[in-house]
Amino acid sequence: MSEKFDVIIVGAGPAGSAAAYSLAKMGFNVLIIERGKYPGAKNVMGGRMYAYALNRLIPEFWKEAPVERKVTREKLTFQGEKASFTLDFMDEELREPPNSFTVQRAKFDQWFANKAVEAGATLVPGIRVDDLIWENKKVVGIVAGTDKIEANVVIAADGAVSLIAEKAGLKKFDVKQFALGMKEIIELPEKTIEERFNLASGEGAAQLFVGQCTKEIPGGGFIYTNKSSLSVGIVIYIDRLIKKKIESHNIILEFNTNPEVARLIEGGKILEYSAHVIPETSRSGLFIDGLLVAGDAGGLVVNSGLTLRGMDMAIASGVAAAEAVKKAAEKNDFSKEILSYYEELLKRDFVLRDKETFKKAPEFLQNEKLYTLYPDFVCRLFHRLTLVNGPKKRVFDEILEESEGKRIQMFLDMLRGMRAL
Amino acid sequence: MNISIEERLGLVSFEIDNEKHIKVDTSLCSECDEKTCLYFCPTKRFTLENGKIKHDYEGCIECGTCKFACPKGVVDFNYPRGGYGVYYKYG
Repeated sequence: MSEKFDVIIVGAGPAGSAAAYSLAKMGFNVLIIERGKYPGAKNVMGGRMYAYALNRLIPEFWKEAPVERKVTREKLTFQGEKASFTLDFMDEELREPPNSFTVQRAKFDQWFANKAVEAGATLVPGIRVDDLIWENKKVVGIVAGTDKIEANVVIAADGAVSLIAEKAGLKKFDVKQFALGMKEIIELPEKTIEERFNLASGEGAAQLFVGQCTKEIPGGGFIYTNKSSLSVGIVIYIDRLIKKKIESHNIILEFNTNPEVARLIEGGKILEYSAHVIPETSRSGLFIDGLLVAGDAGGLVVNSGLTLRGMDMAIASGVAAAEAVKKAAEKNDFSKEILSYYEELLKRDFVLRDKETFKKAPEFLQNEKLYTLYPDFVCRLFHRLTLVNGPKKRVFDEILEESEGKRIQMFLDMLRGMRAL
Repeated sequence: MNISIEERLGLVSFEIDNEKHIKVDTSLCSECDEKTCLYFCPTKRFTLENGKIKHDYEGCIECGTCKFACPKGVVDFNYPRGGYGVYYKYG
């Protein structure tokens, strides 16, 4: 290939495809290079995408995109030693407009990349980008094997472990900043899923688990309902896992045997196992001369404890990157001074704004007590409140007794939580 | 329902490259006390045999953990060549 493109996008995930789709619609000559044999082949996530960002780009995308289920039920389970306490929130208003969907990336990412192709982008799968081409400290293209392809600007949308952002000098990897997600797809009949999760036909549930399931390691468990399968998995902070000397894959194995989980997945067949790191607090610089970084590659994920977001941030950042490229093209200047407009857009829109709002969340969420003391406290308290085996005490007295010696700690953590989340 | 990690990997689709995408300089592993690789890898690609760390790149699902989690920094991480490696059917 000796052709020159306006823009080369590395990675056909949600950030790359959103950028490619937007740029192609603006009339740019766009090339997307994907290392997987098809878009989505390498991509892993828990299982839910918030709809807002993609709906702005492709209104009512769910009518054509391969989404699994519209999430209308949100569950949060605190796991104690012998008990569990579940909050179960069902909201009619999450139906219209839809708030989030469960998706399976192999299907979804192919659909989205194909939308970019339909809009006029060129997609080349099965090619690994090895390096950047530099000219006077400016990025002017990419190297893939023996091929060199030039472009006015390169967008690195190559995921959480972005080797392109690293080569651009924008990213350093630190184990403390990453979590590890492990997941299995468990096949179950549609009807069974709807019965077990109390769902209307075609609607879905997202259930998060906090407590025993992560073995005192900050993180959590999850179950997302797909059409005829469940996405079941665990996310843990890697540096904490290492300190505990527990084999990561055993944690997800044990999660399956937890009685609450076991009943939900009973009779199901494991179809696939997957794992990937999540850039919880790993940020990278977002632009240099001739290059922008979008999605997970830039660390653009937000975990507020209840909403775990990556795909919507990736899509919004891809669109913002396209806008920045448009501005640079108008001035025919792809220097970092002009491309910095990208960051301005991310601050004005929700991506960097939400990162700022929840910037204290990761530190708070790494507090071990959230995964030991508190889930256990909730479970033991409800044990006291529900048990009848003699004279009963008033609710308030039970709370005082159960919280004896922990009250100051709990109060302080509550204050921290209110500030962070 | 509960199946071992080896059985789980049997459910994953791969296009195995004959070129190693991850190179581990195991000569420094004997000096490593933590041997964290035995814990962090979700596919158990690092094993201890006769006191020596062994790494098997086949069956790696490219999660990225070993790129930065090895305390000695002896893991030279790259992705498999284009089209090779894991390909998820569900993801």
